[in-house]
Amino acid sequence: MDLSYGSEYGVFRQQVRDFIEANRDQAPAAGARGPAGLAWQKLLIDNGYHSRTVPKAYGGYGAAPDILASRIIAEEFSAAQLSTGLGGQGISMLTPMLLEMGSEAQKLQFIQPTILGEMVWCQGYSEPGAGSDLASLTTKAELDGDEWVINGQKIWTSTAQSADWIFCLVRTEPQAPKHQGISFLLFRMDTPGIEVRPLVDMTGDANFNEVFFTDVRVPKHQIVGERGQGWQVANAILGHERGSLAPPDAAENRLKGIIKLMETETLDGQRIMDNPIFRDRLMKLQGASLAMRFNDMRLLSARINPGQDARLAGLIVKLQGTELRHEIEGFAIDVMGEIGLAYEDNPYLRGNGSWQYQYMYYLGLIIGGGTSQIQKNIIGERGLDLPREPKVTAN
Amino acid sequence: MEFGLSAEQTLLQDTVTRFLEAQAPLATVRRIAAGDTNDKEIWRGMADLGIPGLLIPEALGGVGLGILDAAIVAETLGYHVTPAPFIGTAVMAPLAFMGAGTHSSLLGTMAQGDYRVGIAMSEAIGARNDAGVRFAAGKLSGKSIFVLDSEADGYLVATRNQHLYFVAATAPGLQRQILTTVDKTRTTCELRFNQVDAEMISTDPAVYIRMLDAGRVMQAADTLGAAQCALDQAVAYAKERKQFGRVIGSFQAVKHLCAEMAAGLEPCRALVWYAAHAQDHVPEEARMMACHAKAHLAEVGQFVAKTATEVHGGMGFTDLVGLHFWFKRIGANRQLLGSPALVRAEAARVQGLCA
Repeated sequence: MDLSYGSEYGVFRQQVRDFIEANRDQAPAAGARGPAGLAWQKLLIDNGYHSRTVPKAYGGYGAAPDILASRIIAEEFSAAQLSTGLGGQGISMLTPMLLEMGSEAQKLQFIQPTILGEMVWCQGYSEPGAGSDLASLTTKAELDGDEWVINGQKIWTSTAQSADWIFCLVRTEPQAPKHQGISFLLFRMDTPGIEVRPLVDMTGDANFNEVFFTDVRVPKHQIVGERGQGWQVANAILGHERGSLAPPDAAENRLKGIIKLMETETLDGQRIMDNPIFRDRLMKLQGASLAMRFNDMRLLSARINPGQDARLAGLIVKLQGTELRHEIEGFAIDVMGEIGLAYEDNPYLRGNGSWQYQYMYYLGLIIGGGTSQIQKNIIGERGLDLPREPKVTAN
Repeated sequence: MEFGLSAEQTLLQDTVTRFLEAQAPLATVRRIAAGDTNDKEIWRGMADLGIPGLLIPEALGGVGLGILDAAIVAETLGYHVTPAPFIGTAVMAPLAFMGAGTHSSLLGTMAQGDYRVGIAMSEAIGARNDAGVRFAAGKLSGKSIFVLDSEADGYLVATRNQHLYFVAATAPGLQRQILTTVDKTRTTCELRFNQVDAEMISTDPAVYIRMLDAGRVMQAADTLGAAQCALDQAVAYAKERKQFGRVIGSFQAVKHLCAEMAAGLEPCRALVWYAAHAQDHVPEEARMMACHAKAHLAEVGQFVAKTATEVHGGMGFTDLVGLHFWFKRIGANRQLLGSPALVRAEAARVQGLCA
């Protein structure tokens, strides 16, 4: 057991702190894409605090992969409550995938504008008839001369209204087995024949959209990998997404927020913190949250020390992390009682209404990115080696 | 950076596992639980491996290892529902004597497995009904219930003010009565003190707290092992038992129960590791981590114990399969040295969240 990062990382940590100290007044709010956000993004990349391992030729910082250095950057920016720069599906999903599977021309064309925040992406995977069973998707692309002609519909497409481009799974080989008939296409969202309809969800916002394709014509070369390889490409990215939906430090920050709430909110003149029932519930959540923090530390360690087996510890993260976060947000609402119902313009609103919003939003994340039930199948089959459900044979 | 077990720690775990598989299989556990024999032969064998002296310094005849090493042993004992006085004699008592700087020759005897120390601290943690122990003029009076180990040669007794005293099991005026619990893999007893000569070991709360926290981490580790074994048995059964022409583990209703157990239990491993590590290396977090590990493992353990039994269907309910030994071990760990609600209240106090 050695929890220190080593002295060489002490120097690196100090560099990160010095950078934060010198530049923090330029930092915008998290995720901001305005001019200040883009300038901050460029500053982060130039100093190796974003897109750190993306090669220089594609606009990144070009450092060798160093898991601990990346972790230190995340820790220091989180401690300083500073924006770590832009995220989104183009940066967190498409870029690593292109680095692995894209052609040289695709890397040169797409990665730099994507990480600089100048090219915004959305992801076209799920369909009305293909949710948990994603590989049964039916949006089809047929080759007509030098162009794919795309027809069909996608759903749950976040940022589709503002995206410049889409990375999209389409069926190109209708005769092949379902997993082998899918291809991965990239195309502009202003291509004629694309219609985006916002999908208002329970939060009141349109976090997602429906996207309709009618004879959308896309140049033939805008495919990643070969024809029929789209499923492998998509799976590489899904693995990337699952672990990042519910980071443990965010859950712990929310618990700190709840502690503040419990110390300020009162019921019949008594601080909620002085009510042993609420305190017990807080401690239960803190215990569960600590378990996830150290589980994450174990996963980090297993990435650095290849001999360590943490496979099961990784498989459970999406299920446990999102369920726990939903429970944490719901507990904050219970702490406030009817005040916890306040929403939108209500003058009693606490934390800008984030507790109710996140309570609902995390229910979305329990379902999205592989539902809790699909996660349990994965844990059972890949983690515990239990047999798959037998295939239903058509009569 | 390495958050995990070292090669030496893995070797320790393997060594204890091999010993228990050979010398303390379920058939032996059953005989001890039935009262046909006791745990002395197992403890003798563990002494040959150096287990009783795990935490005792080499200069005193022990092995000189740390709390994380002890937690690994506790986990292994829990996995095999082993009858052994490990938590009291090998962990809590040595920490008390070492913390107080006393009884170095007794520590040497304990390290050889030749002296067992039971733990009477229920009343300091939270006194039930009329139980309670007082010390005056060199003598203890009152009673302590659910004392760990009814076979011990001596007892460490804690009073409400967190002072620690030591009495011999044979001391005049001391009455010992076995208290049967659901968990028959380990023993508890009631001690009645009628003006019993007692030796003061420590009046320093830090000694009491280190001993208690380490004991709680051991209970958590024991539950981790026991729950892991219950889960392993459930998964093995789900792969073998057939109904409706299929193994039941292929039904999502059963598969998801197994997945839920694994999802709850796997993070507990890291929690126990860190809580144990903190006892020796992160003193400012030691108390809070011990409380959280104890309480969280109690909750997850309870869920796994119930669910693993359900996966076995009717057979899980029988004595034949023996899964109930794990169910009861987990149930006992949940209450001993502080029930979950009690230790969570302590976790909140330690953080200064309440008075």
